[in-house]
Amino acid sequence: MVETLSFIWKNLPLLLKGAVVAVNITVLSILFGMFIAIFVAFFRIYGASWIKKVLYVYEWVFRGLPILVLLFIIYFGLPTIGINLNPFLSVVIGLGLRSSAYQAQIYRGAILSIGNEQMEAGLSLGLSKVQTMIFIILPQAIRISLPGFTNEFTIVLKDSPLAYAVGIAEILKYGRNIIVTSFRPFEIYLTCAIIYFILFHLFYYVFKLIARKFEVPGFLLSK
Amino acid sequence: MEILEVKDLVKRFGDNTVLDGVSFSVKKGDVKVIIGPSGTGKSTLLRCINMLNPPNEGKIFLEGVEITGKKVNIHKIRQKIGMVFQHFALFKHLTALDNVALGLLKVKKMDKKSAYEKAERELEKVGLLEHKNKYPAQLSGGQQQRVGIARALAMDPILMLFDEPTSALDPELIGDVLGVMQKLAKEGMTMIVVTHEMGFAKSVANEIIFMEKGHILEKGTPKDVFYNPQNERTRSFLSKISELYEEEE
Repeated sequence: MVETLSFIWKNLPLLLKGAVVAVNITVLSILFGMFIAIFVAFFRIYGASWIKKVLYVYEWVFRGLPILVLLFIIYFGLPTIGINLNPFLSVVIGLGLRSSAYQAQIYRGAILSIGNEQMEAGLSLGLSKVQTMIFIILPQAIRISLPGFTNEFTIVLKDSPLAYAVGIAEILKYGRNIIVTSFRPFEIYLTCAIIYFILFHLFYYVFKLIARKFEVPGFLLSK
Repeated sequence: MEILEVKDLVKRFGDNTVLDGVSFSVKKGDVKVIIGPSGTGKSTLLRCINMLNPPNEGKIFLEGVEITGKKVNIHKIRQKIGMVFQHFALFKHLTALDNVALGLLKVKKMDKKSAYEKAERELEKVGLLEHKNKYPAQLSGGQQQRVGIARALAMDPILMLFDEPTSALDPELIGDVLGVMQKLAKEGMTMIVVTHEMGFAKSVANEIIFMEKGHILEKGTPKDVFYNPQNERTRSFLSKISELYEEEE
């Protein structure tokens, strides 16, 4: 027992180094996805009808592809047409694109659920459309999106080990390297699992704190 | 002096003509009550007046200035027209006080101190100062609607539009809202009210406008319209309404 623990303790720094990479991939993918998703959500509601159709197809494609296939197309496929991306960038773009399709749906649903009367109420006071968006629609949309966003964040976190498939050194890849020399897969994979588990709950807790901070009666978010 | 003049208003949604040549005018201090069956364009008419739904044809003049033209700064116009909504439309993420102060801060660009002082005064007028820090979800329907009225009044409008302000309320809460409106009318506020509250219409309105299918079928003093309606449709509508509300004539 003591021997096992000390074996894990000795290899822990390497695995934690992988954890930092996993968190980097997750956060960057989510932010990249969010950047696209905000535009997609906005123009799927307020855009011209042909833009709506194009964006509908966009969501439909990226929600319909297995993430591994998408990663392989980006990393192994794109070089054929002259686009060379390093593994890290490929993963961030792949996870980000897929997440953008899901995040777009979360934000679009949130904006739509607020209803037209809030917009009318803002306009009737003399606010401009943009002001109404900023002061009335967005603060409510963000609150409504938060539970869905938290869920999406943890999904991307749990899909980050797929980075392994294009050769990125993250938790699982470091674990595999340790196993090759030590032949102790059970202990190492279990440790990997625990690290993911802790990361998952750490972020879950952070988002819960954020939710609690922005909670007002009528918008119960942290339950 | 005419505060509002509406001329030959036409509003279509696709093939559906909701307003079909509506004209009327409102003088300072007037309380006009618009009645009529559901789906006859009463709410659309109010939304045309502050250009939330710009009309397809016809003209609207506010204090003699055409607001249906292209070069009008509609945001400036809307500040002068207060609107109260059927479902209150309070900003759900803001307290009662912030709901009232928002327009003062962001539209009138008042400084924080005077904006909140004015907002408190407006809440006091509708009897809700002690609830200023509550969110809409913590207020009853009647209280929410009174915040909605305070929010509109804070902008110092020259005209108030009420779109069925009591239709979404429990019967025992209607009185508070009507009380506030009655007080407003007494103070000389110019108001256009869409409502099914015939008691309010009789006691407060100086003109009743009966609308059906996008037309004004009849208008006149409450006495004329209620006790001596000229139009057959007005007569049958009023008898149905009074049956519904069990009013003794």
